[in-house]
Amino acid sequence: MKAHLNRRYHFSASHRLHTEAFDAAKNRAVFGKCNNPHGHGHNYTVQITMSGPVDPSTGMVCNLAELDAFAETNLLARFDHMNLNTMNCFANMVSTTENLSIEIYRIFQRFPAAHLERVHVEETSNNSFDYAGDATPTPGML
Amino acid sequence: MIFLTRKAEFSSAHYYWNEAWSLEENQRIFGKCANRNGHGHNYTLEVTVAGAVDATSGFVVDLKELKDILEREVVSVYDHRHLNLEVPEFKTTIPTTENIAIAIWHRLDNKIPHAKLHRVRVYEMPDLFVDYYGEP
Repeated sequence: MKAHLNRRYHFSASHRLHTEAFDAAKNRAVFGKCNNPHGHGHNYTVQITMSGPVDPSTGMVCNLAELDAFAETNLLARFDHMNLNTMNCFANMVSTTENLSIEIYRIFQRFPAAHLERVHVEETSNNSFDYAGDATPTPGML
Repeated sequence: MIFLTRKAEFSSAHYYWNEAWSLEENQRIFGKCANRNGHGHNYTLEVTVAGAVDATSGFVVDLKELKDILEREVVSVYDHRHLNLEVPEFKTTIPTTENIAIAIWHRLDNKIPHAKLHRVRVYEMPDLFVDYYGEP
């Protein structure tokens, strides 16, 4: 039977929303206080949804210790207490949480033991983003 | 179509153990969850049903009725119990969050009048939860 396992991870990072495609005035106009040259930060929460058949011998979609170890190496060790704008993945991309969600989706697509359904990223308790690749979530699936 | 979700809570003990495996294999796969003395969690159950809004009552389901069904079918059976030792479905399956969600689906399916069971979500803790949509 197919089930969906949801796991939440937490990291803190700084960023600045800014693009070389705009001049200084337009950056300020579009990104507002997020364009502060000194940056600002958030406590991000990342919620990963993995799906797959429940293995009868373990009762699990995938081994949680393996998923946590993958997240530690590929997400937390890379992003926690970093300035997102200094990371290679944001060299040519504004470090919005939309783009962060897509990057995190690409990371967890490489987890071999289950199928990634979607990622949900909370930038603050008031702002959250969902990305499911090319799939369109059906009503009630989030 | 409206999706309606009702929460319930239960606190239970469990451990993870596969009788076909050695002690070492159980400890390797399940880690500290394989402690045979058990450990416990405060589980949160969210049951989502889908249905049309009744024109007279304005309800998808009567929430009091749904609450009573959850209490009768799940909470009264699981709460303050040792899942491995006292709940029939976990004599033969390991009480992982995945299997708990599936078992609760089977306990509730076709028991909720006027609405279709859409999702069973079981939180073992706030950062770990499983969704089951009745998929084979």
